[in-house]
Amino acid sequence: MGGIDLEQFKQIFYEESFEGLDTMESGLLGMTEGESDLDVVNDIFRAAHSIKGGSATFGFSAVASFTHVMEGLLDEMRGGKRDATSEIVNILLESVDEIRDLMTAYQNGEEPDTDAMGDLLNRLKKATGAGGDVKEAAAPASQSEAASDEAPREELVRQGWHIEFEPHDDLLLTGNDPVLLLGELASLGDISLSVDDSKLPPFSQLNPEVCYLKWQADLKGEIEESEITEIFEWVEDECDLVLEGIFPERKKSDRREEDRRLTAVVPGEGDRRETSRREKARRPTDAAPKQVSANIRVDTVRIDAIIDMVGELVITQSMLGQLGEEFDMSKLDRMRDGLEQLEYNSRELQEAIMKIRMQPISFAFNRFPRMVHDLSQKLDKKIRLEMVGADTEMDKTVMEKINDPLVHLVRNSLDHGLEGPDERKAACKEEEGVIELKAFHQGGSIVVEVSDDGRGLNRDKLFDKCVEKGLVKESDILTDEQVFMMLFAPGFSTAEKLSDISGRGVGLDVVRRNIESLGGNVDIRSVFGEGTTFVIRLPLTLAVLDGQLLSVDEQTYVLPLGSIVESLQINPEFLSGVAKDAQVYRLRDEYIPIVCLSEVFETGDISENLANKLLVIVEWGDKRVGMLVDDLLGQQQVVIKSLETNYERVKGVSGATILGDGTVSLILDISGIIDLSTDMRGGQQTRAKVAA
Amino acid sequence: MSIVSQNNAADSQYLTFMLAGEEYGVDILTVQELRGWETATPIPNTPSFVCGVINLRGVVVPIVDLRDRFGLEFREPQPTTVVIIVKVEAVGKERVVGIVVDAVSEVYDITPANTQPPPDMEGAISVDFVTGLATIDEKMVILLDINKLINEGVLSLSKKAPVPA
Amino acid sequence: MAKILIVDDMASMRKMVAFTLESSGHEVVQADDGDVALEIAKVQSDFALVITDVNMPNMDGITLTAELRKLPPLKFTPILLLTTEAGKEKKMEGKAAGATGWLVKPFDPDKLLMTIKKVLR
Repeated sequence: MGGIDLEQFKQIFYEESFEGLDTMESGLLGMTEGESDLDVVNDIFRAAHSIKGGSATFGFSAVASFTHVMEGLLDEMRGGKRDATSEIVNILLESVDEIRDLMTAYQNGEEPDTDAMGDLLNRLKKATGAGGDVKEAAAPASQSEAASDEAPREELVRQGWHIEFEPHDDLLLTGNDPVLLLGELASLGDISLSVDDSKLPPFSQLNPEVCYLKWQADLKGEIEESEITEIFEWVEDECDLVLEGIFPERKKSDRREEDRRLTAVVPGEGDRRETSRREKARRPTDAAPKQVSANIRVDTVRIDAIIDMVGELVITQSMLGQLGEEFDMSKLDRMRDGLEQLEYNSRELQEAIMKIRMQPISFAFNRFPRMVHDLSQKLDKKIRLEMVGADTEMDKTVMEKINDPLVHLVRNSLDHGLEGPDERKAACKEEEGVIELKAFHQGGSIVVEVSDDGRGLNRDKLFDKCVEKGLVKESDILTDEQVFMMLFAPGFSTAEKLSDISGRGVGLDVVRRNIESLGGNVDIRSVFGEGTTFVIRLPLTLAVLDGQLLSVDEQTYVLPLGSIVESLQINPEFLSGVAKDAQVYRLRDEYIPIVCLSEVFETGDISENLANKLLVIVEWGDKRVGMLVDDLLGQQQVVIKSLETNYERVKGVSGATILGDGTVSLILDISGIIDLSTDMRGGQQTRAKVAA
Repeated sequence: MSIVSQNNAADSQYLTFMLAGEEYGVDILTVQELRGWETATPIPNTPSFVCGVINLRGVVVPIVDLRDRFGLEFREPQPTTVVIIVKVEAVGKERVVGIVVDAVSEVYDITPANTQPPPDMEGAISVDFVTGLATIDEKMVILLDINKLINEGVLSLSKKAPVPA
Repeated sequence: MAKILIVDDMASMRKMVAFTLESSGHEVVQADDGDVALEIAKVQSDFALVITDVNMPNMDGITLTAELRKLPPLKFTPILLLTTEAGKEKKMEGKAAGATGWLVKPFDPDKLLMTIKKVLR
């Protein structure tokens, strides 16, 4: 194709198509039985249509022909000829999936598997009109082939054409120009042209927007009729055109050609067929699997802001450079100002760049309407999905990793959490169950909640199960929360029987592990009979962290600032137990377990002189502990580096960072440290209220 | 440095270093760079031979004390103490790890002709990590499989119970 | 060479048309929406050709054509519709709105260049 590399445009097209498919999907999911919102149908139609056009252009013939059939059905819906029954919506949803698969195959440089398509195509056709009258996209091509073949072999060779061209008054108003048309005609062969200006009015009455002229031409040469009709294709309704073949001597076919008015010519069908063939032939050459690169779409406003900031940074830098060249102590203040400016600039720039990676969580949420739709049908449950805070932004990397845990939790709620309509009715609940996905920011974290208004967790049943499985002893006294958290114990499953929806051999323990590996945590709240909520808490980003620097045994550590509730000088009176046995600290009306970093990290002994230490109260999820540290240093934003890149995951450490002096400092993982401390002391540590 | 250029396919160049009087060699292709000793940031609850992590131009790199790993006597870092930064393939990806040695010695071309298979050795330097013994100028050089050493002798051990400090 | 306005909400098609035209020396202005195109056309009146997609949200190509024709500088400017529809009905609709002609997808760069020669004065 003209030597143009289509690849870059294809990449854009893939993205657009997947977006279009998402639009179609969410539109379809939003349709209510029997009612079709015309705007929604139009949106869906438009998306299908764009995909069809692009696919034809880029040679994705399977997609082009499939969308063509789909479009037929959508067109009927658009015209009000067909209602959006749940059957039709389902067929269309499956079609969306099919197109997505086809596009994915093309994107990966594979030849798509079109075998599976047949059945769906038939169902689409059946749903459309009377069934069989849907034309394949390729059908018109064969017609035009027939038409051109049919051209009779004239016994006499045509020598040319006599053409009469009479533009209507309004031809100029469509931007067409008779002179250009005639020029094109002249390019086909030898032309002798005469103009008829008999209709031209006197100058005073002349309307420059009207074409008053008509032309007659004799065109000599071996010229096909179609070559001429093609020239006048666009003006066929704005002119009268007469074409007569010129033959030597006996004009055998005169009658046939005589006064032959141009009839509608299906434009370009022949070319279309040729094009698609050509592209097919091309395809094997670029069939090598392609690496799909991960792209982020960034609002240009954000990019412009960054460019401005870089500009400021450059100005500051050159100002400092100049200052440095001719520096003396009198300029110290200006130097300081400059450095301050530099710090401001770089922080601003960093924030802006981090923002590039932030995307609304709707990207992760958007798959759920479809999932809930499909699964509720499968499970015969009536379920409504509500999404709150879909605009909440989070780091792209975090979002990619939260996807699977979220799917798991939603499936779990659908399958185990929510009751069937009968059970709900019996419990005096609305037949329709509700699943709510909710996202919001809290401190330095993003919180995602998956709740249902289903049957809730049965604490006693759960506890018995735990005993049965040997996870706890009958004599153990656990809080409700602790019992609920047993759901996350490896191998635990509450369903009586395994279903193919959530019982996939992967337990909730994997969900918890995935979330914790991101530096997050998950909690359960549940009220028996009323519903269950899973609360996931994640860091906003995996790239930077607002940190509190602190020192323990001469090592500097970083603690996530957002997790610090308060810091205080230890008052020995409020310690329960002494020295090594000090386990809890009384803070106002609460006893807070103490975690000694020296002990947990085995960097030193727990100091006898606790009064010199500081207690940092940190909060993680619902847990609160006091961390013993030697000193609090500054607060700063740190770039998170993974220890796993070159080493391994270390319990109690979520990563490392490089401080201003070039040394490495470890970032503390509070939940890991709490676990370590608990293991070390060999007992449960829970916060308790001070008895009144 | 005595670099002899020979184009025998079986030949490899080895960087040798000293450790408690013995000379060890590692395939030079695994060596990324050499650095002077610097204090590393300790990582809690790891075996004692993991000195900690250092900042290698923005990358956090773990440092292994080879003396400690091989159960040799502890020695305070000296001016000759060197950290050899090696690149190894571990768990499907390339990892950069530093090993602390007493001093760097030579670069040798070592041919199969002057190598013998490793004898049975007991103790910390398991035969698994030794690919052979080379004799060069009547000196013995212990050739190490650095990939295996890091994979099996360092990373896999980190997960186990902490070694008392 | 000519200054051409291209309107298409699909970036892939728009950029490909733009690329094709720019490669053969034309000056191209792109708009991803009918409203944007109209705003551009109000300010820049020297377009020698407008190529617009038909199938667009907000304002479709046919409405855009009719709106563009209302602007005096564009009264006689060729306006080509990019369409997947080969059907007569859509074409008539386009003509009625004042479109000069149409380019039927699948888009082919060679064909595009041939076609615009027909309308560039």
